Amino acid sequence: MTNWPILSTVTFLPLLGALLLLLIRGDEASTRRNIYWLSLWTTLITFLVSLLIWRDFDNANTGFQFVERTNWLGGTIGYSMGVDGISMLFVILTTALMPLCIIASKYSVQKRFREYMIAFLILETLMIGVFCATDLVLFYVFFEAGLIPMFLIIGIWGGPRRVYAAFKFFLYTLLGSVLMLLAIMAMYWQAGTTDIPTLLTHSFPAGMQTWLWLAFFASFAVKMPMWPVHTWLPDAHVEAPTAGSVILAGVLLKMGGYGFLRFSIPMFPLASADFAPFIYTLSVVAIIYTSLVALMQEDMKKLIAYSSVAHMGYVTMGIFAMNQQGVEGAIFLMLSHGLVASALFLCVGVVYDRMHTREISAYGGLVNRMPFYAVAFLFFTMANLGLPGTSAFVGEFMTMLGAFRANTWVAFFAATGVILSASYSLWLYRRVALGPLEKPSLKGIFDLTPRELVLLVPLIVLTLYFGVYPTPVFHVTSASVDSLISNYQAALSAAGKLAVAAQ
Amino acid sequence: MYSAIVFLPLLGAIIAGLITLIGRYRIARAGAPKESMALYQSHDAHGHDDHAHDDHGHDDHGHDDHGHGGHDHHAPAAPGSRPAEIITTGFLFVSAILAWIAFFTVTSPEGQPVLVPVLPWVNSGTLAFEWSLRIDTLTAVMLILVTSVSSLVHLYSWGYMSHDEHRPRFFAYLSLFTFAMLMLVTSDNLVQMFFGWEGVGLASYLLIGFWFQKPSANAAAIKAFVVNRVGDFGFALGIFGVFVMFGSVEFDTIFANAGSAVGTKIHFLSWDFDALTTVCILLFIGAMGKSAQFLLHTWLPDAMEGPTPVSALIHAATMVTAGVFMVARMSPLFALSDTALTVVTFFGATTAFFAATIGLVQNDIKRVIAYSTCSQLGYMFVGLGTGAFATGVFHLLTHGFFKALLFLCAGSVIHAVSGEQDMRKMGGLRKKIPLTYWTMIIGSLALTGFPFTAGYYSKDAIIESSFVAHNPLAGYAFFMTVVAALLTSFYSWRLLFMTFHGKPRASDEVMSHAHESPWVMTVPLLVLSVGALFAGMGFEGRFIGEGYGEFWKQALFMNPDNHVLHDIHEIPAWAKWSPTAMMVLGFVVAYWFYIVSPATPKRLADEQPLLYKFLLNKWYFDELYDFLFVRPAKWLGSFLWKKGDGWLIDGFGPNGISARVVDVTQRVVRLQTGYVYHYAFAMLIGIAVLVTWMMFAH
Repeated sequence: MTNWPILSTVTFLPLLGALLLLLIRGDEASTRRNIYWLSLWTTLITFLVSLLIWRDFDNANTGFQFVERTNWLGGTIGYSMGVDGISMLFVILTTALMPLCIIASKYSVQKRFREYMIAFLILETLMIGVFCATDLVLFYVFFEAGLIPMFLIIGIWGGPRRVYAAFKFFLYTLLGSVLMLLAIMAMYWQAGTTDIPTLLTHSFPAGMQTWLWLAFFASFAVKMPMWPVHTWLPDAHVEAPTAGSVILAGVLLKMGGYGFLRFSIPMFPLASADFAPFIYTLSVVAIIYTSLVALMQEDMKKLIAYSSVAHMGYVTMGIFAMNQQGVEGAIFLMLSHGLVASALFLCVGVVYDRMHTREISAYGGLVNRMPFYAVAFLFFTMANLGLPGTSAFVGEFMTMLGAFRANTWVAFFAATGVILSASYSLWLYRRVALGPLEKPSLKGIFDLTPRELVLLVPLIVLTLYFGVYPTPVFHVTSASVDSLISNYQAALSAAGKLAVAAQ
Repeated sequence: MYSAIVFLPLLGAIIAGLITLIGRYRIARAGAPKESMALYQSHDAHGHDDHAHDDHGHDDHGHDDHGHGGHDHHAPAAPGSRPAEIITTGFLFVSAILAWIAFFTVTSPEGQPVLVPVLPWVNSGTLAFEWSLRIDTLTAVMLILVTSVSSLVHLYSWGYMSHDEHRPRFFAYLSLFTFAMLMLVTSDNLVQMFFGWEGVGLASYLLIGFWFQKPSANAAAIKAFVVNRVGDFGFALGIFGVFVMFGSVEFDTIFANAGSAVGTKIHFLSWDFDALTTVCILLFIGAMGKSAQFLLHTWLPDAMEGPTPVSALIHAATMVTAGVFMVARMSPLFALSDTALTVVTFFGATTAFFAATIGLVQNDIKRVIAYSTCSQLGYMFVGLGTGAFATGVFHLLTHGFFKALLFLCAGSVIHAVSGEQDMRKMGGLRKKIPLTYWTMIIGSLALTGFPFTAGYYSKDAIIESSFVAHNPLAGYAFFMTVVAALLTSFYSWRLLFMTFHGKPRASDEVMSHAHESPWVMTVPLLVLSVGALFAGMGFEGRFIGEGYGEFWKQALFMNPDNHVLHDIHEIPAWAKWSPTAMMVLGFVVAYWFYIVSPATPKRLADEQPLLYKFLLNKWYFDELYDFLFVRPAKWLGSFLWKKGDGWLIDGFGPNGISARVVDVTQRVVRLQTGYVYHYAFAMLIGIAVLVTWMMFAH
């Protein structure tokens, strides 16, 4: 490893691209073309550079790697970056999804193309920053600032009810975050630092942990989103442009789960143990409740949005199962969901670009004229319902196994999700793709263009690859998760609360 | 070699899949406009007129005729149909030959079980399992069954599907299924078995819904998948339970520690249950779904919407027996829990009887055989439930041959009469399609247990085992299976008489078209007939006779206290011959009803309308489930969406708050009238209040 600040490079490359976008001049068509290619190259280079992180990553090291540190605000609040086995793959996920977002927007975004791309590139910087920051304040800045580009993307380039959706998204998440800010200040006064590695070893008094845990929970639960603060998500997804949905489902939702793993569990272990049953309850309710709601949706994007909430239920359940399988499964499921849900939203985008409607009833029999699309959509439908051989299965299986070890009731109810997810996924597929093609408006629809194949085929390959051979991911996560769990258990036993020792 | 057996079908499936995809994609993209901004703009006023020119007509062929609409309807075949057929079928035959070699290698007295590691899969904490192939006797038995039937079905489909335009896709699915099934039977851990388990479910979903333009086929496909998922719910929990008990999902570890698990408790939900019984019953729920046992059987008859070769391969010979295979594979656990075995026996016996009663009155030729399959699967579970697992597996093998034969014969009949499946519109076909007739007789004889055919050995062994078993429900099982033998014989002969005997009831045009099938279809019938006749005789000694130990080695576990296989040789003559007597009786009644006095069944149905309707409507299970599960789920979904999300969460959450904020603002706005004296008055009052407060505060 060299001293080259690779994390900052990856984080701020997109921002550089955004600045360059401002310089592009020329007539309308050529400007648009140049903007597109510049954005695409920026994200591609960012992705390639980020792969170096994975290459040089030391799997056995449980601490932060590629650490960078400079003073920022006063002496105490620093600009410090670093990744560990929990956060590293989220960086890769973000950088991998971004080129797809750019490609997906090539034609579908008709107005203010330059501003759109700038918003996306800034968003990428902020998202990567969230996963790389190792200072609480820096994390908070990235975490909150990310709201702004997303708010604009939904509010400007969204559908008919975009303003309502954008405000709902913004207010929900902001409300959660305000509490988190209070908690961060409290932590600073108590521990005297905002440096995350230091805070990870600091033990907060038990009474304080409860309040801090709740404040962080408010923010992460909204972000996740967990039932019952999930209602912003379907609206935001429905109104967001395709690429916005991809980022929302693929990356932004993962920040909640990441937050639980980075802050709630290691910093407030006692409170986490106390609140675990509470989380289980919310998770199980989310899985069953939102699956049932998904069953009855008439809008394709809304259906997938509700199914995302259900999948995030598995994630929270796995995280708070607090055993190796549960936590690793949760991380894996988040990554897998990043691929599968993104792909599903791209699939919706494909037909939306052609027909300008997301109503399920406006479709039917697409397989007749769109065979490749039907195959891709079927593949991701199957991945969404957790078919073994796709990455989603590994994640769902492990989170449920982890939950079974923690509490059989939770696993029992969560397992009903496999029945419900099959029902809503297959029913959606049947209504959209199967049957005779009868609607006159669909007679002229055409199959995937080469550009759209470039979007979907890599996701198919990755979903299959990680379903069959997830080992590369587990190599990265296992050491960090192992130390997370042993620290957690050490904290509990230090407080004399470890009633049942897990194996 | 072992890898080749499993992965050749996968390779075939991939190649055929690519042929399908590339071919269809090129057709679909022909004439598609080049991408541009204008293409994706919304055309509110003028619709999509501008690409009306690429509106080909090639997509509108209906499949209402089951793809067999006589010979006047030839859809253009998909490009590459013949190469796809040759490749998949060729690979399958190679795989089948290798499987037979493997069978004789592994089951020979000096043969050893083989373990072929393929790839690591998951490794997380104490949980670790791999992709690998485990071939012991039980697997070898399944290998020959699956690859033989599958290769014959591939060949048969050349003829049966010859008029279909989607042949490459069909063969891709068939090979994909075969691959998944082979992964299931060669698994050496529960998770890989689950992979194969769901993989065959996927293939079954795809093949049931093969004619995707038919709404009934799509509905049946979803039903099959979802009902199987109900079973998988139990299976998955069972796997978790096994992991908690043994700390592993690998068979070797589980079986090695099974003995020490006797009597331990597991905390499941809020209670402490006997650990072995709990996980066995959970796993058995999975088996019930896959093998269409009573309560989870509703998908199997509907699955007949798929093409007939599919019914033969998946819904008769192989996939539906996966549940039986799984219980046999887990025999070291099941054998140690009497309660679990009793449960297995109960569901097996009930299904054997229940499905046979429905089979009596069905008119669709494929549905009769489907219920017959369901019933025979019940027999297999009775065999497993007695603790003599070999009887169940033996019946699995023989049944695979003769039931595939029966389905393929039915397909040949359907092919002959232009896609008609209703037996009331058949009759008198004996002379038209003699080869099909005679092979179907052979299949039926084997099914009903005619002496010295395959079914005689395996089915009677199950009935005899249930007579001697020491299970609390053994008597019930014996009674039910004997009665079911009567019903089996009756509906089998009814089917034959209605289809082949009597006067033709089809139209003259159809009858004039009726013809024997081409050789690609009749050769599989003949080969399977050999199996149906001799599989029982040839294998009895090894499966359940004196060669037992040397044949099975460690593949099946039998409780040392279980002497069923020994005791069946010493049962009274009446018990031994009762199934045979029932078979004869069934034949006589069917002969009376459908040859001698054809008015009798109609009269009987009129005299007993309630019973007839009850059977005809399959004990009303579909209606019951619709009422109990489907409707409430939909209602609850709507309710939670509109009331839960819409009214409660949004109404009192963001929307409610924003509405209150707007209210308050509006009231504030109303105060601002714009008249200076209003403001001046307000200020005056304010000052007065302030002064008053300051005066009294001090």
